Amino acid sequence: MLAYTLRRIAQAVPILLLVSLISFGIMQLVPGDPAAVLAGPNATPDELVHLRQTLGLDKSLLTQIMIFYGNLFQGDLGYSIILGEPVLKVVIERSPISISLAIYSLILTIVFGLFIGVVAAMKHNRWIDQVAMAFALIGVSVPNFWLGLVMIVLFSVHLGWLPTGGYVPFFEDPIGWFLAATMPALSLALMQIGLLARLTRSTMLEVLGQDYIRTARAKGASEPRVIIKHAMSNVLIPVVTVLGMILSVLLSGSVIVETIFAVPGIGALLGNAILGRDYPMIQGGLIFVAAVLLILNIAVDVLYAWLDPRVRVQ
Amino acid sequence: MTSLEMNDTRSEPSFLRRFMGGRRVRRLLRHRSFMIGLWLCLFVTVIAVLAPVLSPVDPNKMAIRSRFQPPSLDFLLGTDNLGRDLFSRVAWGARLSLAIGLGVVLLNAVFGVLLGALAGYFRRLDGILMRLSDALMAFPSVLLAIGIAAAMGASAMTAVISLAVVYIPRTARILRASVMQVTELEFVNAARAAGAGDLHILRRHILPNCMAPLVVQLSFVFAYAILSEAVLSFLGLGAAPTDPSWGIMISEGRSYIREAPWMTVIPGMAIAITVLGLNLLGDGLRDVLDPRVKMEH
Repeated sequence: MLAYTLRRIAQAVPILLLVSLISFGIMQLVPGDPAAVLAGPNATPDELVHLRQTLGLDKSLLTQIMIFYGNLFQGDLGYSIILGEPVLKVVIERSPISISLAIYSLILTIVFGLFIGVVAAMKHNRWIDQVAMAFALIGVSVPNFWLGLVMIVLFSVHLGWLPTGGYVPFFEDPIGWFLAATMPALSLALMQIGLLARLTRSTMLEVLGQDYIRTARAKGASEPRVIIKHAMSNVLIPVVTVLGMILSVLLSGSVIVETIFAVPGIGALLGNAILGRDYPMIQGGLIFVAAVLLILNIAVDVLYAWLDPRVRVQ
Repeated sequence: MTSLEMNDTRSEPSFLRRFMGGRRVRRLLRHRSFMIGLWLCLFVTVIAVLAPVLSPVDPNKMAIRSRFQPPSLDFLLGTDNLGRDLFSRVAWGARLSLAIGLGVVLLNAVFGVLLGALAGYFRRLDGILMRLSDALMAFPSVLLAIGIAAAMGASAMTAVISLAVVYIPRTARILRASVMQVTELEFVNAARAAGAGDLHILRRHILPNCMAPLVVQLSFVFAYAILSEAVLSFLGLGAAPTDPSWGIMISEGRSYIREAPWMTVIPGMAIAITVLGLNLLGDGLRDVLDPRVKMEH
């Protein structure tokens, strides 16, 4: 198990180096002189020269890459132009907010996704199945930011049940956190609930057709026992494999959902960086999020290998 | 069927027969979700193509006197904060969304096939191409598109390129897997033994047999591209602000969501209907063409 974990970590290192190179490359796509874009139309030539020096833009591309990697190895992701602070510091400060939101959406995804998928499989081809799958399909087809806005109109403006946005730290006021985070978490989770429900249903149907389930039923086990004790453990394995993908989509969606609900997490940070053309922030933010996702994916793989020992040998 | 006969049927892979073969078409036509998806997609396509004819007025024509009109017989889908007719804007928006989606699909078809075939067939290229795709796929999908679009500057072309970069590695991976599977089959060995060159084998024998998973994947890429384009436009990174894009319309509607909720609701429903149609179409295609990855039973 340890060897497998170490092997997965070793495989991730070159990917992380490539990820940072791609992030560096993306910033080379800025047309014209990035310093001129950053400094705005009223900058004096002196200011431009100074900015180019600060950003290292006056050096050759190769030197810029070397400096970039040198800084990266020291944990320096650059300096945010808008906030005037190191990118890493800001990103780490905002992380707990996004993480708490992601965990909340993940819980919603797993609970509802599994529940809807299992119920649909148990009532295969009956009306409950049709309704559940229609819901799942709508879930994967509706834009999450639009859903967020519609929920604001419904639950905040008309019914007044939930605040329109903002963020309350969990440890200061758990109920306030719950009220503020429910709509953002739901809009982030809906698509994943749809995906997971569809996957769970098809896996469950496959598992329910296997011989050992027939044996369990023949032995007189009750239907809930067959589902929970016998089928569920085999349904969970493919579900674990999509956890990485689910986390990726949750992180992706956070830019727009956090912006809409005024949640001051990493997503909103990146959203503001885009509006303000804060390129170092965008670049550093991309690297940070991709690195977090890589680590989470390793964790998911290790969890998968722990659940299914056959994977370790491959 | 003897093994020889099986090999016979596999040794003459014809694109037309595999695709338009009567049995498959009949199965598709009987597939409920495929047909619903097909009708929804046709509906959106007809609106997009006929936008100039269907729109009562120019989508950018402002009429300050008729601002914030709710949907009615005069204004089928209402008007926005500048008095622009929302029906015209939604119809022209369909053109833009479908055009961007198609652009992403075409780039995926070309580069996904090219890179997937190279990686799957020429094993020496596999390592480097797959590590590169691993790295690109390590970014959360929309976030990478946002990063590229933010750097390149907002335009419809930027949206197409940035979304293509996000989805090409995923398409290439699927094609690579099928190419690797087909390469192992006997008729490929037979073609090689008969002296066929690599390119000939790839083009005539392998790729036609990899089309089913590709078509299924492209239908989903189309759906994701339309959803993600809306995200980019909403953030001001997609089409130009003056273009009637669904994402931009939602973003504009956001400021007036209390007074004129239809400004937000209607373009969102347009996106949902289009993406739903494409997803249903993709589900049907997957069930019929590529039963190995069957999700719906």
